[in-house]
Formats: sequence, C-alpha cells, structure tokens
Amino acid sequence: MAHSGINLIFEGQNLPRLLGGLWITIRVALIAIIAGGVLGIFLGVLRTFKNRFLRFILRLYLEFFRIVPTVVLLFLFYYILPKSMNLNLPAAEVATLVFTLWMAAEASDIVRGALISVPQHQVDSGLAIGLNRSQLYYYVLIPQSLKLMLPAMMNLISRIIKTTSLLLLISVLDVINVGQQIIEANQKQYPQGAFWVYGVIFVLYFLICYPFSLLAKKLQKD
Amino acid sequence: MNRKSKSWVLILTVVAALALIFPAFAKPTTANAASNDSSVSAIKKRGTIKIAVFQDLPPYGWVNKKGKLTGYDLALARQVAKDLGVKTKFVQVNANNRVDALNSNKVDIVLANFTVTDERKQVVDFAKPYMKVSVGVISPKSKPITKVSQLKGKDLIVTKGTTAENYFTAQQKDVNLQKYDSKTQQFNALKNGRGVALADDNSYLYAWVKNNPKYTVGIKSIGPKQYIAPAVKKGNKSLLTWTNKEITKLNKANFFEKSYNSQLKPYFGSEVKASDIIITNK
Repeated sequence: MAHSGINLIFEGQNLPRLLGGLWITIRVALIAIIAGGVLGIFLGVLRTFKNRFLRFILRLYLEFFRIVPTVVLLFLFYYILPKSMNLNLPAAEVATLVFTLWMAAEASDIVRGALISVPQHQVDSGLAIGLNRSQLYYYVLIPQSLKLMLPAMMNLISRIIKTTSLLLLISVLDVINVGQQIIEANQKQYPQGAFWVYGVIFVLYFLICYPFSLLAKKLQKD
Repeated sequence: MNRKSKSWVLILTVVAALALIFPAFAKPTTANAASNDSSVSAIKKRGTIKIAVFQDLPPYGWVNKKGKLTGYDLALARQVAKDLGVKTKFVQVNANNRVDALNSNKVDIVLANFTVTDERKQVVDFAKPYMKVSVGVISPKSKPITKVSQLKGKDLIVTKGTTAENYFTAQQKDVNLQKYDSKTQQFNALKNGRGVALADDNSYLYAWVKNNPKYTVGIKSIGPKQYIAPAVKKGNKSLLTWTNKEITKLNKANFFEKSYNSQLKPYFGSEVKASDIIITNK
C-alpha cells in the first residue's frame, strides 16, 4: 500500500487510456487550428475591405466568439443546438466545431491587424508597379504580415490547445477526463494519485505546446 | 470604427446571442408522441440505447484498471439493454448535466445515482427507485452516538450543501453544526476530535468507516429517505412504463441483491446489510 503513486500510471490500461485521451485532445486542437487558421486568414483579408456591411457581419462574428466564454459556447452547441435545431452531433465533433469557429474568429482579428500594419509605402509601391488587388494581397500584404501576426498567432494556438481541458464539461473523453476517471477509481489505493496523474498530464501538455513556441522562435528569426 | 457604431455592434451582438439562446427556452421540453426518439420502439429499431452514467463515482459508475466501465449503476444499465435486446452506448455525465443530457436527446435514460427530488420531478420523469439513501451519523467506536438525543448541545460535523446539513439545520435545531467545505476537511475534523460525530449521506459513511475501523455508523438512517431512480425525458411514457416493469421484474429476480453483493458490498463492508441500500418491496 505504501508504494509511490507513480505505479498508478503504469497499472493496467491506465497509460494507454491517458494517451488515447491525449490523442482526442490533439485531434480536436489540430483540426481547429488548421481549419480555423485558414478560415481566419480568409476572413481577416475580408475584414480589411471597405464594404461596411461585410465588416459589420464579420465584426459581429468576432465579438460573439470573443465575448462569450468558451464554456458557454460549448454548452450552447452541445445542449441547445440539438434541442432547437435537431442537430445532434457527437461531443468531440461539437468541440471541434466550436474551437474551429473560435480560432477563425480570433485569427481573423490578428490577420486584419497584421495586414493594416504593413507600411503604406509597400501598398503604394505595389500599386505603382501595376499589381491588381488580389496580386497586392498575394505578393505584398500577406507575405509581409505573416511575420507580424506570428507572436499573436502562436499565443492563440497555445490558448486553443490548453482550453481543450474544458472539453470534459461536455463529456468528451479527453486526457483530463480520463485522468479524473483514473484518480477517482483509485482513490482508496492511491490517495496521492491526483498528484501523479495531473503531473503526467502537465508534462503531456507541455510536450504539445512547447514545439509551437520553438517553431515561433525559429520562424521569427528567418 | 467610431464610438457610436461600436456600441451598436455591442447591442446587436447581445441580441444575436439571445436569439441563439432563446429558442431553447421557448420550446417546451416534453417529448411528443409523434417524434419520440427515445420510445421503446425507437430504441429497438435503432438497436442501441443511449444511457447516461457517471464514470468517476465508485462504486456506482466508474472505470476500472482495464478501462472497462463498471459499478452498481452500470450493472443495471447492461441488464436493461440486455432485456431490451439492444446494444449500449454510454454517455458520460456529471452531477449537474444529467437533466440537460435527457432534454437535448443525448441520452434515452439516466442511470447515474440520480436522487429523486421534487425540483427534478418538474423537469424529468422518474421511474421506480432501485436504491435508497438517507443521512447517517458516524462517531468514534469508543464514544458512539446512537440516538439523536445524544447530540443535543454537542458539535456535529457536516459539509455545506449536503442533505445532512439541510436536515439538521431544519429539523434538529438544538444540535450545534460545524460546517466544512469538502469531504476531506470534514473527515479530518472528525479525526482531530473537533466534534463528537459527523453526518453525511450514509452510503459515503459506510465506505469511509470500512477504511477507518475506529469509527462506526452509530445512526444508520435519520430524516427522510431519499430514493435513487432511473430518469427518462419528461413525457416519454413508453420508456417510463417499460422501465417500471423492468425494475419490478428485476426485483423479483433478486437482481439488485446480487448486484449489491458484487458491486457495493466490497466498498461498504459488513456493517451494512443489502436491505439498508436496496429496495426490496417486490
């Protein structure tokens, strides 16, 4: 009975279960980051256009996802959509959808900010050599703004990854949820189990998030 | 954007958010007969029953080392599916989203240590209970408390928000209550001798006393009995009737007694009899 709690991690199916939970966490986060990132760049470009109606709609979208807490968004999509629209998605898909829309909303603002920070003379020069509007974005604005948006984007990405820890609230069997099941199931045998399980989860999250920091550093230098 | 249009954006955002949320309240949450996705025939047609269970509450619903869901509620859930002739799909719930899981059609039935209360009866339909709990009182074996009258003027340890706190506050005014925030705190307080006894749901106490043999459940049951029952979506008559028949049938077959012996007895120890927990009126 008096052995250290680390055994808990390696007992039975515990470790494979934790890693299975981690895979679900990574899958939700990765799909959201990639799909949301692409959508966010597109919307960010649209937001620099002069059309007032378009800007208003996109602003509304951004503010909705920025102001409403993620927990509320998850509950909205998980419980209220099925009730009012008869759209009953599995929990992990609801989570992916919410995180994608959230990523897109916040990314659109980062992209917009970066695009309008590209110096005006770059735009003028581009126009002077006869680029049309899409060429201007493709050759001048987007390449130059990429570097400007990197720090904020990396920040957003690690926020998305960390926020997946809320998924247990809508019963997604993510790494935190599996961890809690293991802790509760072994409460009697391993009273210190929580420390070890959360310790392992801490390391796992670090292993996912840290490469993004390294990547950002590298990209910033090049 | 100027200040005026900014405030408009804000207002419209709020309106849009409300518009999203509103239909949920406007729509009655009863399942109507025409489109009842959770009726017995619909479940049989689908071939799976969606059951809400706890996955972190031993010994009722939890995951064992092999990664398999197990527990007293799970034993019932599997039996229900077997008798319906369908497969099971378990949906994990927490204490506070059991009602929503039913109302949003995430599950057909809740088997998650769901205590019947008047408030909950307004929003879901409970079938016949399959378990009972009530408030119990533990005390050191050396100075056992076996009657409420022994507590008069003494300090009793409880946790805030529990049925035990409610009962003693309302019904036993001459007992001094010491209120704590968590289970861990309350048990530590008892061990340190801060009160003469401790009151909580008796099922927790049985399990705790088993690991702390210096203490005994002196008062096994006090105050009103509370029942644990399966719940279905409000108005789902078809599944409710079927479940009631099922519970009666299982009771006759001594299913709950067997389930008690295999799932709960190892946790509760020998101080408890099956009849303290399960409902045996056949």
